[in-house]
Amino acid sequence: MLKDITIGQHFPGDSVIHRMDPRAKLLLTIAYIVALFLGSNPIGLALSVLFLLVAYRVSGIPVRLVGKSLRPILPIILFTAMLNLFFVPGDPIFSWWIITITWQGLYNVMVLSVRIVCLIAGTSLLTYTTSPIVLTDALERLLRPFAKLHLPVHELAMMMTIALRFIPLLIEETDKIMSAQKARGAELDSGKLTDRIRALIPVLIPLFISAFRRADELAMAMECRCYHGGEGRTRLHQLHLGANDYLLTAICAVLFVVIGGSDLLWGMLG
Amino acid sequence: MKMDKSMIRAQQLVFRYTQEGRRALNGVSAEIKKGEFVAVLGANGCGKSTLAKHFNAILLPEEGEVFVEEYNTKDEEHLYDIRQRVGMVFQNPDNQIVATVVEEDVAFALENLGVPPDEMRERVDEAMEMAGIYKHRTKAPHKLSGGQKQRVAIAGVIAMRPDCLVMDESTAMLDPIGREKVMRTVERLNREFGITVVMITHYMEEAVRADRVIVMSGGHIEMEGTPKEVFRDSAKIRALKLDVPQAKELCDLLREAGVAVDEEIISAEECIQALAALLGKPAQPGCDVI
Amino acid sequence: MAPIIKIEHLTYIYGEGMPDATRALDDISFEIERGEFLGVIGPTGCGKSTLITHFNGLNRPTSGRLLIDGEDMWADPRQIRKYRFKVGLVFQYPEYQLFEETVRKDIAFGPRNMGLPEEEIEKRVIEAARFCGLEEEMLDRSPFELSGGQKRRVAIAGVIAMRPEVLVLDEPAAGLDPEGREMILSQVRRYHKETGTTVVLVSHSMEDIAKYADRVLVLQAGKLAMLDTTANIFARAQELVEYGLSVPQVTKIFLGLRQMGVDVPVDVYTVKYARDVILKALAERGGAAHA
Repeated sequence: MLKDITIGQHFPGDSVIHRMDPRAKLLLTIAYIVALFLGSNPIGLALSVLFLLVAYRVSGIPVRLVGKSLRPILPIILFTAMLNLFFVPGDPIFSWWIITITWQGLYNVMVLSVRIVCLIAGTSLLTYTTSPIVLTDALERLLRPFAKLHLPVHELAMMMTIALRFIPLLIEETDKIMSAQKARGAELDSGKLTDRIRALIPVLIPLFISAFRRADELAMAMECRCYHGGEGRTRLHQLHLGANDYLLTAICAVLFVVIGGSDLLWGMLG
Repeated sequence: MKMDKSMIRAQQLVFRYTQEGRRALNGVSAEIKKGEFVAVLGANGCGKSTLAKHFNAILLPEEGEVFVEEYNTKDEEHLYDIRQRVGMVFQNPDNQIVATVVEEDVAFALENLGVPPDEMRERVDEAMEMAGIYKHRTKAPHKLSGGQKQRVAIAGVIAMRPDCLVMDESTAMLDPIGREKVMRTVERLNREFGITVVMITHYMEEAVRADRVIVMSGGHIEMEGTPKEVFRDSAKIRALKLDVPQAKELCDLLREAGVAVDEEIISAEECIQALAALLGKPAQPGCDVI
Repeated sequence: MAPIIKIEHLTYIYGEGMPDATRALDDISFEIERGEFLGVIGPTGCGKSTLITHFNGLNRPTSGRLLIDGEDMWADPRQIRKYRFKVGLVFQYPEYQLFEETVRKDIAFGPRNMGLPEEEIEKRVIEAARFCGLEEEMLDRSPFELSGGQKRRVAIAGVIAMRPEVLVLDEPAAGLDPEGREMILSQVRRYHKETGTTVVLVSHSMEDIAKYADRVLVLQAGKLAMLDTTANIFARAQELVEYGLSVPQVTKIFLGLRQMGVDVPVDVYTVKYARDVILKALAERGGAAHA
């Protein structure tokens, strides 16, 4: 049922990585993605995988969780892998009828797959170890300089926070409305596609009305608590960069430079 | 308590939601004294919520004036002074909690007011203690019961250190246990911390616990006085589409049957004492009412 | 004749197989008699809502059986929809389910889903509206223009128009003012009396349960704690209080009197009965207290 949908994939814990400043984590994750694309060679990828294994170990997040986040994009990986495997020209390893597999193709497939897995696993580590609310906070603070360019940074962050707060409520509400209409004999999960879309009207209209009513009441409650945008706002939780953050960031930075620069090394070897 | 000074003064308020609409408030004048606990009763559509929303400048009157201490609510310059002095809690707890963690929500108003983080921490903790939700401070609001959520909302308002708390039917959606918890929290805020309370409610048992009751009907104030004064005339209360507490109803029925019972009895406790006396048991002070 | 609803060893587990599985309902067995007015009470989270969503097949028991009119409800799961029409369920705050352009169309939603002919639908809409105190001129208005109490009555009419054999209402009066409460509940009672429909009323308001129910079922932590006539249930007021339930104020008064050593009966739950009890006690004392 709808109730089973979880928002974000935060996996609470108390590891060094969990406790790291979210801004540092966010920037490092971006740096990692860049390094991955620069260092797409066996040495770089090996280091990337090694880094992830160590990081997952330290954070105490079970690696099998990565499998779960990979599942939705598995078809895309497989499809691109197929294309690369069969259509990259080069020295053939195996040839039958119109199918030819080349060394170059195989190499491309390996690099591509490892890179995508690393990409997913790396970004997942960020969301596993950082709650969405903290992440929103970090994003707001990192983007704050752009507010001078009239980018509505605070407003976007507030929208994200409210969305995070209200999504579970609206999911619950959808469940309730669906039950209520089913109790009046509505058939929501059978019939032709067109019928099913039509059958959603009795669910969607009450849901929208309710969402608008909630928005209205929330706006009033926020006004009562003196909300007037991001100007002059302070925060309960301050973000502090500690010694740990600097140390970990430095280590990662060095490693990412090595990964990113590994192409040069690989070129010299090849 | 400093009950002589004025907290809120409303003078001849007139208000319509739409230009052609009927008058939701039709010449309402009322005064709330500092430290008072006032209940506002009335059937749906009598204007009681509209009146409450005038108390912290959510709505501005078409005619007449509202003063919060020395500030006129029409004075935009002091909008945040007014909102900080008069905090408001609404009916649906789900629709007034902004953050995804209890303590962050309680901090919301202080963040808006630009309170420094250290002081904020202190005030947030204090507010959560006062509302009795300190132990839930790191939980997600949707994991709490209705009564707990409503107390989170109260804490979020109390953190502003307001002088007055307006509860706009804040117990209507709660079960009896949640309602009682909220009621006790509010009573404590009133008695121990001297916070003025304006409680808009449908529940007569809650109104009986106030210092003063205002009954509204058709956009104006119909009755006003201590609970005993207001509930004395059961017939009039019923004509205003309200209920009387069962204790009062029982005493009325007994009086009709010719039994001498005090007209002023409105609470369960008083009723027990009176009936016990009638049935030959002398009054015992402080008997326990569950 | 078989009871209208018979429940045998009903157990329902939320999230079965998950680490956080909870037993929402635990081995519940009872019968609902044809034509009775049953009150269901219990503290929040005791499983009341889960129980009533089993009555019309929105929830399927993890184990145990439900017999509607003597038929096993889940014998053929494909036929489950017909029980939605036999057992009409009105959820909490049902006004939030309204969606049609007019009151008439919204009330007709249920009957139309039953596949009834147009003239029959029209007849039922008018009949249901009448039972819920909605005037004919209101039928062509948008449900969203109505007051809260009126919307609620439209939603209840939408279920009554299916002419269910059992009408189940979850907190139908929640959040309404005293007049609105009284209106909805007395309309439900009138409908019950005039049509003989079995009614199940779930409520937190002990005053309402005391006033309307013939029998009361008490749920406590997913288990059936009590099922008896209303008088017998309120005679156990002390236990109800221990379960975390409130009792009517008049019952509280009588509990208080007993605590003070006054010899009064324990099953007092309506004001009129309370008056009679007091008058009788006074008469026995020789009318000394008379004015």
